[in-house]
Amino acid sequence: MRTLRFLLVKEFKQIFRNRTLLPMIFLMPLIQLLILPLAADYEIKNINVYVVDHDKSTFSRDLISMIISSGYFKLVDYDSSYKRALSEVERNKADLILEIPNDFERNLNRDRVQKVFIAINAINGTKAGLGGSYLSTILKEFNKNIVMELDHSFDGKKALKRIDVVNSNWFNPYLDYKTFMVPAILVILVTMIGAYMCSLNIVKEKEIGTIEQINVTPIKKHVYVLGKLIPFWIIGMGVFSIGFFVISWGVYGIVPIGNILLLYGYLALYLVALLGFGLLVSTYAENQQQAMSVAFFFVMIFILMSGLFTPIESMPEWAKWIAKGNPVTYFIEVMRMVVLKGSGYRHIQNHFLIMMGFAVVLNFWAIANYRKTS
Amino acid sequence: MHSVVVENLRKQYKENVAVDDASFKVNEGETFGLIGPDGSGKTSIFRMLATLLVPDGGEAHVCGWDVVKNYKEIRKSVGYMPGTFSLYQDLTVEENLHFFATIFNTTITENYSLIKDIYVQLEPFKNRRSGNLSGGMKQKLALCCALIHRPEVLFLDEPTTGVDTVSRKEFWEMLKKLKKEGITILVSTPYMDEATLCERIGLIQKGRLLSIDPPQVIIEKYPKALYAIKSHNMIELLSALRELPLIGSVHSFGEHHHITIVDRTLTLLDIRATLEKELPYPFQIDKIEPSVEDCFIQLMEK
Repeated sequence: MRTLRFLLVKEFKQIFRNRTLLPMIFLMPLIQLLILPLAADYEIKNINVYVVDHDKSTFSRDLISMIISSGYFKLVDYDSSYKRALSEVERNKADLILEIPNDFERNLNRDRVQKVFIAINAINGTKAGLGGSYLSTILKEFNKNIVMELDHSFDGKKALKRIDVVNSNWFNPYLDYKTFMVPAILVILVTMIGAYMCSLNIVKEKEIGTIEQINVTPIKKHVYVLGKLIPFWIIGMGVFSIGFFVISWGVYGIVPIGNILLLYGYLALYLVALLGFGLLVSTYAENQQQAMSVAFFFVMIFILMSGLFTPIESMPEWAKWIAKGNPVTYFIEVMRMVVLKGSGYRHIQNHFLIMMGFAVVLNFWAIANYRKTS
Repeated sequence: MHSVVVENLRKQYKENVAVDDASFKVNEGETFGLIGPDGSGKTSIFRMLATLLVPDGGEAHVCGWDVVKNYKEIRKSVGYMPGTFSLYQDLTVEENLHFFATIFNTTITENYSLIKDIYVQLEPFKNRRSGNLSGGMKQKLALCCALIHRPEVLFLDEPTTGVDTVSRKEFWEMLKKLKKEGITILVSTPYMDEATLCERIGLIQKGRLLSIDPPQVIIEKYPKALYAIKSHNMIELLSALRELPLIGSVHSFGEHHHITIVDRTLTLLDIRATLEKELPYPFQIDKIEPSVEDCFIQLMEK
């Protein structure tokens, strides 16, 4: 015990004396957490729309003002030449063309039927898809208004006789992207810090040769390994707490609905598994460069296959299996479940069991592979 | 009683044989030197004895313990100082010493008497990070750390490589004092002049031990007469001497060439007379006592 205490004192002294590492540990996640969710927003705003209006009637003007006031679209120009509009798309100035035909208002009044033309620049698929669907929603809304306006005099019932779909979003009523992403990004940051710091630290001792000096001492293998894991476990907890309370709660106003202690319980277990991974990498790597490359390779896969950006449900079958073998997946799920949904222990029981499995396998593998002789 | 017993020790790195059937014994309280050029297998032997490397063949015992089976016991009773400085560079002198004392379950005060003479020199820098020390100071600190648990056997792998002459001298003075404390010292060095400071030396070349004797005996065993020759044009002299059948070997040694004569019955006067006929320029020749280096070269050529 006394030895372990001194190992910890030594480790913390070294960490706090490292002028590059210390700001990296605490500042980097905070800055990333402040910038990433704001910049990487799924909601598409500022779609440039070019309106080609051949009608120039009250109806067409109503439609245009409805589009602009939705907040998603920006009017590039208002013109009556489709050719000119297309050249704007070619120059990447416009994303969408809305063409309103001649006699738009007259046909609507007379025949109750009219068509408009939408051309979408599909180079950016997400923007095109979302822009198109936003615009159709607005057109539908416009359509409803017109029907009401034109038909209220003689056949009001007919207009109302249809299925109306009303959505209610649970757990994140305003579909706020940040509420969904910030807790998950916090998981990624804790993962990166834990995996990199832990593996690099041990490999550094190999590189400098201090591990030789340690190896000829009667120090026990597990005591030495614990002396390495505990500091980064504490740092992981610290980084998470700052991200969770200061940024997530303080800046973004994401108030966790579930039990915070439960979340910390899971974090504690997750860090044990993650540090086991870092340790495992360090037992295989000869120098810091190797450790960095290997850790980077895995962390990258962990992030992209964790359901952070794309839902796991929509992945192909084989990819789902990879995601299932990824510890990050489970923590992100737990994070979202507890913070947004208020899940209790019985809902994440399986997650606890699986993470326990990761922790045991990774750590035992690492300790078995860490040799004091070569 | 022997502190270190090495029997037919072998270590191979793929096709490279680093240690080839090495056998030697170190008596208790003895200062034993392993002398040999770079790459002769000294470090591999040290690492095997310090239980950092598993031998491929043969056996080795330290303090009566087997290096493979009883490595835990050995780690408690030896001090190892590797050739490269491998203490924590971001910890201060005092912190390093304190740290190593702690992991050996002891304290600085408990064994202070042993390191006192060395530590007083380090004391003014005790709050300096060890990475910022000079080469000589680093060696002293490393020695302190290796001694802090009062080991029975001390392994010093090239402790004086890259250290200035004054520090080297000081370092050997310290080893002499440690000997008085009864500590067995196994030291390696590529410097032949340090060999005479050991009680016994083992000359090692390509993983093989060429001879194990006290330095005086090694010198006495030198089989040929040795002369030092000097002239104004040393390079020309070297090639000229190599042509002569009279001369066994020629080696450049600083400002002299050391030559051996095949016919041992010849006197200095005979040789001088012969050489005067052969060499067109003036030279100076004297009979000399062989040094360890001469012995080493002679053994290597065998």
